[in-house]
Amino acid sequence: MHSNRYTLLFAAAVTIVASILLASAATFLKPLQDRNEALNVKKNILKAAGLVNEHSHKYSADEIEKMYAEKIREQIIDSKGNHLAVTLKELDPKDTGKFPIFFDVENGDTAAVIIPVSGKGLWSTIYGYIALKPDLNTVQGITFYKHGETPGLGGEIEKEWFTENFKDTEIFDATGVLVSITVAKGEAPKGAKHTVDGISGSTLTGNGINRFLKADLKKYQPWLERHRKELN
Amino acid sequence: MALLTPQNKRALMDPLVLNNPIDKQVLGICSALAVTVMVKTAVVMTLAVLFVLSFSNLFVSLLRNHIPGKIRIIVELTIVASLVILVDQILKAFLYDISKQLSVFVGLIITNCIILGRAEAFALQNRPWPSFLDGFGNALGYGLILIFVSTGREILGSGSFFGIQLIPQAFYDMGYQNMGLMVLAPGAFILLGLIIWLQRTIFPYVEE
Repeated sequence: MHSNRYTLLFAAAVTIVASILLASAATFLKPLQDRNEALNVKKNILKAAGLVNEHSHKYSADEIEKMYAEKIREQIIDSKGNHLAVTLKELDPKDTGKFPIFFDVENGDTAAVIIPVSGKGLWSTIYGYIALKPDLNTVQGITFYKHGETPGLGGEIEKEWFTENFKDTEIFDATGVLVSITVAKGEAPKGAKHTVDGISGSTLTGNGINRFLKADLKKYQPWLERHRKELN
Repeated sequence: MALLTPQNKRALMDPLVLNNPIDKQVLGICSALAVTVMVKTAVVMTLAVLFVLSFSNLFVSLLRNHIPGKIRIIVELTIVASLVILVDQILKAFLYDISKQLSVFVGLIITNCIILGRAEAFALQNRPWPSFLDGFGNALGYGLILIFVSTGREILGSGSFFGIQLIPQAFYDMGYQNMGLMVLAPGAFILLGLIIWLQRTIFPYVEE
């Protein structure tokens, strides 16, 4: 039988060796991981706008970077809908009064407006993008790219069969009120313009999406309404 | 010293078929169901387990005469968890897309019963080299089943193998449909059940 002193020393030694190993691995690999994450964000902005279809083609890192640089324009706006002369890099994430907005520009025309959305699901913060068509009402596409929901249940939100349902839904109702899009519990009624099918077993994840989708769209409402007026 | 004495060879080869951790001992089922929708994720998962299990067995065996009995399990878990986090970090850096598909299941290797099971049942009593082989063999046995199951699931459920479309579009045009059941967990249960049935028919044994 080992003494308590030996046991404690042994535990300390194992812990120190393990933590040094892991800390150095984490530090060493961090730049690569950050690059992957940044690339994934760009890919999802493109995906929301419907520019990336991973079924037909596997995209390399360079292709994503190139497509993003060619097609996507970044802009920062404030809560009143004014454009600001700040770049995305300069934006302080803690500054709650300024939001990024992305444009998919094709031949000089805006083909889609992409808005980042995020908020609490059931277990985790969900991050995603919603893309609107040039009428600033119809949804072009949506992606959820980072979350810690249960795989197979809430985790299904990142799957195409779920995000596909958002296509061609509308965020404003006929009278121009921002109603956002609701994930139903169960099936959405036929022909519903503001509701999509829910995922069985993930009602709480769906409720989370409903909450933050509406809250985040509200932040962009002044900008959206201002530019919707210009359309008419 | 020969690297593959008869005992060592048994430590390596037995878990492949005769004493397979999944279909004989019925361990590690959770991940076998979760990551077998596609062959590619199953292969990466196999490699991850191969690394973790071989080295956890090796390190546990190296330390077996020094680990205080009272904190034995915690020390083993620390070793396993460190290796798993290492694998997770490497996947995130080099195979980002696959690491996203595997999601929490890489982290859950820590709780894979096969790993702690081999550390307790083998590595604590044996010398490092046989322990390494035992870990390697068990991980291969685990991976073999994963690859069988995922091959069946991917071909039936998605009509492809390793991401390459096998079933021609013409079949779909004529009304062929992928078997949706195979993409879901029950499909894995059914295939796994068939494999266990096959195994026990060929190598019968009596439940003690």
